[in-house]
Amino acid sequence: MAKITLQHVKHSYLPHPAQPQDYALQEVDAVWSDGGAYALLGPSGCGKTTLLNIISGLLTPSEGRVLFDDDDVTDIATTERHIAQIFQFPVVYDTMSVFDNLAFPLRNRGVAEDKVKLRVNEVAAMLDLDDSLRRRASGLTADGKQKISLGRGLVREDVNVIMFDEPLTVIDPHLKWLLRSKLKELHQQLGITMIYVTHDQTEALTFADRVLVMFEGTVVQVGTPVDLFERPEHTFVGHFIGSPGMNILPCEIQGGAALFAGNVLRTASSLPTKDSERIEVGVRPGFVRFDDGGFAVEIVNVEDLGRYKIVVVAHGGSTIKMIVDEDIQIPSENPRISFDPNHTRLYADGWVVE
Amino acid sequence: MDKTTNQKAWLFVIPVVVLVAFNALIPLMTVVNYSVQETFGDNVFFWEGVKWFEQVLNSDRFHASFLRQLAFTGMILAIEVPLGIAVALSMPRKGPWVSVCLVLMALPLLIPWNVVGAMWNIFALPDTGLLGRMINGLGIEYNFTQQPVAAWMTTVVMDVWHWTSLVVLLAYAGLCSIPDAYYQAAKIDGASSWAVFWRIQLPKLKRVLTIAILLRFMDSFMIYTEPFVLTGGGPGNTTTFLSIDLVKIALGQFDLGPAAAMSLIYFLIVLLLCWVFYTLMMRGEDR
Repeated sequence: MAKITLQHVKHSYLPHPAQPQDYALQEVDAVWSDGGAYALLGPSGCGKTTLLNIISGLLTPSEGRVLFDDDDVTDIATTERHIAQIFQFPVVYDTMSVFDNLAFPLRNRGVAEDKVKLRVNEVAAMLDLDDSLRRRASGLTADGKQKISLGRGLVREDVNVIMFDEPLTVIDPHLKWLLRSKLKELHQQLGITMIYVTHDQTEALTFADRVLVMFEGTVVQVGTPVDLFERPEHTFVGHFIGSPGMNILPCEIQGGAALFAGNVLRTASSLPTKDSERIEVGVRPGFVRFDDGGFAVEIVNVEDLGRYKIVVVAHGGSTIKMIVDEDIQIPSENPRISFDPNHTRLYADGWVVE
Repeated sequence: MDKTTNQKAWLFVIPVVVLVAFNALIPLMTVVNYSVQETFGDNVFFWEGVKWFEQVLNSDRFHASFLRQLAFTGMILAIEVPLGIAVALSMPRKGPWVSVCLVLMALPLLIPWNVVGAMWNIFALPDTGLLGRMINGLGIEYNFTQQPVAAWMTTVVMDVWHWTSLVVLLAYAGLCSIPDAYYQAAKIDGASSWAVFWRIQLPKLKRVLTIAILLRFMDSFMIYTEPFVLTGGGPGNTTTFLSIDLVKIALGQFDLGPAAAMSLIYFLIVLLLCWVFYTLMMRGEDR
């Protein structure tokens, strides 16, 4: 096991990248401490898998170094990095039994057969695969196959990190939940570093202690699920996480105050000091409330979800979403709203102003 | 539960039935007709029962050409399948060379059978052909029109030249359809390249190889034009395969009865062997 450090890692799939757009992965610096449960969250094509493959050694980064503890492994082959990776589509060796599948990584490394047997049985017990050890792997269902993929990572005792590349994509919804709890349980039991790549915020936020949010090849925020929700550092994090996402509204700075459509806002941010092209204000729907002291809006739509309602209101050409508890009355005449100043932040060119 | 009966559906089947009847069933029944009767022309027939079948099955000539056929098919399968897989494995998976390789591979398949036979005939002639002159120039006595071994080798090499590409193209398509994740997982599991071939590539190729083997088996078992143009079945009868023999009996000697009986036996053998191949290759597939 080891701490994983990425130093100034950049990657381009082109042979001679010139502009920033040529890079699938913009400069990334990150540290994954030993034994943590991490998630890499972002939309498709944001560079998650590239980053994962750089850690596992399936890709060599165009620039930058990868360190396991203090050893530079950038140029070391996958096999010698002692990592395990589980892919989106379950990989099993069709002609082999479940037992032989699980034993494969050990046998390839010349482990003695009695040791192999011991480890395989242990791992099979952890994954509830004991009953199907003798079966042919090709006959299993998708979740069974995915467990085998996971098992092949777990049998090796020298694994530094287990990486999951959207492992639940092909699993039935009701089994997803079971498999996810299993992963969480294994993490607590074994204390192996796990990195979980997904575009599904529920998966990321329930699995991980720390989440890295990626957007267009850049890590935009690293933090606990609570951090991501309460203090988004980038507008992308704001609207990608949370359902519905954060309201991001155009904003102007005039006379030392932040103005939204002419209304002065109190925010948790100081005023931006640098010149920025674009100033926005972000507030989560849960922190917008009806308030007679606020500014007037027009109600566009009310969606009743049972325990709460999602109310869409319009003001000054922008729409604002708000989450309203079921017992709160929606004013029928002259509705006015305000934002909670502690959870309203200014964003300059997408990045939060502290 | 009441089922709706709707006889109109038959209307949609009729065109196919008519087509199959005219291009397969009726000709086949004509052959059956000939195989159980004797005719001296003018549509006069005499009933002969299974006499022609007995005659064919007991004839040494049929046994000999059947054995030659088995030997030929066995040889070309034993060469073309492994060679085809090997070539497919060494072809590039991406880049500008892919299309070059594919076109090169497809070229022999585009040449008509009789042209292939003629090409190899001219190519291998001992006195004027490039290949024949070269082999003789190396001090090896080679004359495929007179030496049975030379005739056989030339026929086999010609078939390998003509048809290995088919196996290559099918195997290549099979290899390309294996997702990268398999290779990546194998890397992570520390698999050797032999293990990758044996545990990933070959199992994943099983289906396309079944098709390749079936196609090559049927084609080579019914081969006619190429050896006919190359060697004419000779020297002597040494390269007279089943279909060449059949044509000799039917059109050379005009023995329509025995020829018809032989056709049916030939057909049943191909059918039986295909079934055996298919069953063996698909064993344990649907578990």
